[in-house]
Amino acid sequence: MTTTTDLREPPKVSGGDAPDGHLEELRHDPIGLMWRVRDECGDAGEFRIGHKEVVLLSGAEANEAFFRATEEQLDQAEAYPFMKPIFGEGVVFDAPPERRREMLHNQALHDKFMRGHAATIANEVEQMVALAGDEGQIDLLDWFAELTIYTSSACLIGRRFRDELDRRFAELYHDLERGTDAIAYVDAYADIESFRRRDAARAGLVELVEGIMARRSQQPPAEGDERDLLDVLMSIKEPDGSFRFSADTITGMFISMMFAGHHTTSGTAAWTLIELLRNPGHMAAVQSELGELFAGGAEVSYQVLREMPRLQAAIKEALRLHPPLILLLRLAKQEFVVGDVRIAPGKLVGATPAVSNRLRESFPDPEMFMPERYVDPRAEDIQNRWNWIPFGAGKHRCVGAAFAMMQLKAIFSVLLRTWELELAQPGDTYRNDHSKMVVQLQQPCLANFRKLNHES
Amino acid sequence: MRVEVDLGLCQGHGVCESEAPKVFKVSKETGQVEILDPTPGDELRAQVDAAVKYCPTLALKLKEDN
Repeated sequence: MTTTTDLREPPKVSGGDAPDGHLEELRHDPIGLMWRVRDECGDAGEFRIGHKEVVLLSGAEANEAFFRATEEQLDQAEAYPFMKPIFGEGVVFDAPPERRREMLHNQALHDKFMRGHAATIANEVEQMVALAGDEGQIDLLDWFAELTIYTSSACLIGRRFRDELDRRFAELYHDLERGTDAIAYVDAYADIESFRRRDAARAGLVELVEGIMARRSQQPPAEGDERDLLDVLMSIKEPDGSFRFSADTITGMFISMMFAGHHTTSGTAAWTLIELLRNPGHMAAVQSELGELFAGGAEVSYQVLREMPRLQAAIKEALRLHPPLILLLRLAKQEFVVGDVRIAPGKLVGATPAVSNRLRESFPDPEMFMPERYVDPRAEDIQNRWNWIPFGAGKHRCVGAAFAMMQLKAIFSVLLRTWELELAQPGDTYRNDHSKMVVQLQQPCLANFRKLNHES
Repeated sequence: MRVEVDLGLCQGHGVCESEAPKVFKVSKETGQVEILDPTPGDELRAQVDAAVKYCPTLALKLKEDN
């Protein structure tokens, strides 16, 4: 039993002598910084962004404490100041667990809706593939980002809304994601290029949604199953007959609903493809799995997608090596103790999938792409549930994880049976751009495709 | 067989309810699973196995009778 007198302050990592502390390093090499914290300080170590101290945790024991903490101890809402200008006033970043459960219960992520999403997603991939022609080149960032705008809007908001979107929406959305410079921890409205583009993009999205709302209010209302979430929100009126929700508020809601599932799924699709193309043996295994499953002309359905061990393992391994979120943050609302380290209220506390997912004690050959590590009895994700954390863990574990896995499997079920793909650059030139808190592939990230001729 | 749930993990996705509606129900009040029948008969074995296997948060466990 640890008594208060045994507790120590978190050790501080080297560097960070500039007025903004480690901000510049966080903006250029966050993973390097986080590994240095672990190497120098162990499971808990401190760095500084502006006047904010961040205690970074890694390893199973510290991660478990982090993920088991209550809302009263570690609060998520105030930890991501860069999200507020993106969502807009009054749209919360993260609802408390009770509200999240309610959302899950009533919404598109519930299992009973999931069954319909499989076909919706496959249909979106088929459309994008058809538009691309018989052969050519795609930029993996742009292509998957556009695709996942269509899939997430179709599944989460509805078919009618999705059908009114085109690439413009995806491009504006991308500018929002680029507007997540860590400078936001010092000033979320700093006068920098990426924040100006962010604000222009949000205004552009509001304008698009305004246009869609104006057209709908001229048309007869949609009936029954045709109605989408926008129809529902537009049907809620004030006593004087005006809309309860403005285009600005509705856009903020849609941005926030789509945000968690967009760059994450898009990036994971790209990395799964890159890793499979770098590892032809695993690609062949996945292709033969798909070949067998769809041999009888089966549709891409919820049932079929559940049983794809090889593809599923490849996706899990891409997630482990390239987690879309590299730093998960909370604000300590009260004193928080991890091991013998005391974290004072007011400090930020972080967990890092980028580091924990590659700890040698949990994942032998941590740098290697090895989907076989998920096969029983190794099951390294389940055996190491506090270190295998691409989706986080515990109460705050990503509620969209099941949807994301299904979506990724649906995407590859169509893509790998329709196209033959190859990397258009040397394999080691694909990397992530870490200059923003939302991590994205660095361009160029090109792949060549050719339509397989046995497809009917 | 005996079915158990870890409510520290359950997020109320409702997969178990879809698979074995006689055994599981997600409560509207708590948003978490309620076990309607903790000792289901063998005729429900396949459904309960699927519920345990596909639970997105691995919150369900099946214990065999001795």
